[in-house]
Amino acid sequence: MNAIDRSHARSAAKLLSGNAACAQGAIDAGCSFFAGYPITPSSEIAERLSVLLPKAGGVFVQMEDEIAAMAAVIGASMGGVKALTATSGPGFSLKQENIGYAAGAEIPCVIVNVMRGGPSTGMPTRPSQADIFQTRYGSHGDYPIIVLAPASAREIYDETIRAFDLAEICRTPVVLLYDQVIAQSSETVALGGRPPVHATRKWASGPRDSYKPYAAGDDGVPPMPRPGDGYRTHTTGLTHSESGFPSQDPETVTRNLGRLYAKLEKHRDLIDSYEAVRCEDADVVIVAIGISARAARRAVDACRADGHKVGLFRPITLWPFPEIALREATKTAKAILVPELNIGQLRLEIERQLRDRRVEGLHLISGEPITPAQIAAAATKLATGV
Amino acid sequence: MFRDAPHFDVRDYLRKEMMPHFLCPGCGHGMALRALLWALHELKIDRDRLAVVSGIGCAGRLSAYIDANTFHTTHGRPLAYATGLALARPDLHVVVITGDGDCLAIGGNHLIHACRRNLKLTCLMLNNEIYGMTGGQVSPTTSETRLTTTTPHGNSEPNFDACALATAAGAGFVGREVTRHVPKLKELIKDGLQHPGFAFIEVLSDCTEVYGRKNDMGSSSEMVLRQKSEMRPSAYRDSVDEPFRSTDLPTGILTRNTRPEYGAALRAAAAARAAK
Ligand SMILES: Cc1ncc(C[n+]2csc(CCOP(=O)(O)OP(=O)(O)O)c2C)c(N)n1
Ligand code: SF4
Repeated sequence: MNAIDRSHARSAAKLLSGNAACAQGAIDAGCSFFAGYPITPSSEIAERLSVLLPKAGGVFVQMEDEIAAMAAVIGASMGGVKALTATSGPGFSLKQENIGYAAGAEIPCVIVNVMRGGPSTGMPTRPSQADIFQTRYGSHGDYPIIVLAPASAREIYDETIRAFDLAEICRTPVVLLYDQVIAQSSETVALGGRPPVHATRKWASGPRDSYKPYAAGDDGVPPMPRPGDGYRTHTTGLTHSESGFPSQDPETVTRNLGRLYAKLEKHRDLIDSYEAVRCEDADVVIVAIGISARAARRAVDACRADGHKVGLFRPITLWPFPEIALREATKTAKAILVPELNIGQLRLEIERQLRDRRVEGLHLISGEPITPAQIAAAATKLATGV
Repeated sequence: MFRDAPHFDVRDYLRKEMMPHFLCPGCGHGMALRALLWALHELKIDRDRLAVVSGIGCAGRLSAYIDANTFHTTHGRPLAYATGLALARPDLHVVVITGDGDCLAIGGNHLIHACRRNLKLTCLMLNNEIYGMTGGQVSPTTSETRLTTTTPHGNSEPNFDACALATAAGAGFVGREVTRHVPKLKELIKDGLQHPGFAFIEVLSDCTEVYGRKNDMGSSSEMVLRQKSEMRPSAYRDSVDEPFRSTDLPTGILTRNTRPEYGAALRAAAAARAAK
């Protein structure tokens, strides 16, 4: 496949929706394959890439459903290219079995989930943040995964590129998770200034006879065999030994699954990302992602103006959760507030991590975003102990 | 009995570290594998550039035995995985191995659209009329009245004619053969491998262990002998008038035509736009 032309990467500021920024980020990251199935509010990513990818020497294909799209993305990646799919809740549910395959067989790929209201077909054009657990625990069995939760069009662009980098470096699926408001609102975005992408896949090299496709070095990430290079290996979703062939040997399967978790831990410095705003002396720390975090940012300013010590912790990497940074950011806090568009998914995780602290949720499931005023009121109540 | 072609030793194509294989004695899938490997041998297909993608089931397990780039994917999805692989790597020769349950039940939608798209892939569907791997439950191809672990009173659902389905969905190459005639099957697979588009080949195979046994179909050789006369989709049987009804399922190449191959068409369109 042709090298991707990145000459258009350094453009001046333009008005872009989050979805458009995602499509551009994918191209600039060197993505050359997209397979998808239309679903609101993610379809603009597919529509944009159907224009951009063929121009850049890549392939766009609209598959018959989301299961097929996820499968095709994995197939393309097994062939050696950077591949993307994008969907929303119902489609994400369908992809889950194959996402687990990508995690277990260690196939790099990027999956965008633009959250809409649920359950089921729910509210296609309304925002939600109710897929937080589905991104982490949606597929069957134990597996680790990386989930990034950007909160603006510009950040979607950067995090899309980072998602591809992390997928390649860690040989794992990476999910980009954001909500309908961020996906479909247009913002002025300047795409310039990002350093070129460095992450390329580590390909197998050296003698073929002794090659073991799942034998990893210190970083826990085995080099990948590229079809055509002469390593005739077997890839399977069954538990396997270092040879890649199926194994149910207790020691072997334990060691391999342990390595999958360990390889992400070993890359935490690259994976972890968060923003902490005025947390140093905060009595109340708000923890939020996406559109709720943007409202919370305004709430922090309003509360501070009123003399209340309120801060914001915004995990950009949602899974694995940057828990050390969270603990640092909430050092002085007497209470934690978690505003989110669901009945309490992020709150449950924060409660788990800060067991000895007061954690309150502010949950909206009406299909509307939470307003800064709603968050400020809740934070003020906690700060003043009313 | 047939003899191997000169210089064809099936062992050259198998992964020795995977032996002994897991198929039951007499399983037809072994014959199908032999025919495929023989066809690959005669066409001198470079195994470094051969990718075999399979689904889940006894049929799906076969990929692991082939010394090539092999991918054992999820149940019903090998055609979708292969679509991504073949589009990303047009330089590879991509073969799909699937079972009747894998291909026609859980993966039915992917089959229809793979036929319609006409990407260059060779799909071998091993039809043993049963879900072998999970212990013998009814499949979309199980003949009516047959006993299975989920049709204890006899199957009352009509079954599929997979080849008619593939033809209707637009596959340019559709063929059917029995494992009884391995050399003929090998020739059909060779034709399919050379077809410049999507090729669907149904192999009438036998599950001796969990199907034949349950239905008193005799030894594996007896099952093989019955292959053509007893395994016949009702859709086919019902579509012809009484005097013309054959007891045989048609075999050989059933459909062959050429129309633009999907991957090449995509690449040509992109190149044409780029040149403008
Ligand atoms: C999503 C999913 N559903 C069900 C199964 C269980 N399963 C494994 S193999 C199989 C049927 C295989 O039958 P077939 O494709 O006819 O192949 P055979 O074993 O007969 O060769 C099923 C249902 C599975 N692995 N995954
Ligand atoms: S269960 Fe049936 S299909 Fe599976 S290996 Fe045994 S005989 Fe073959």
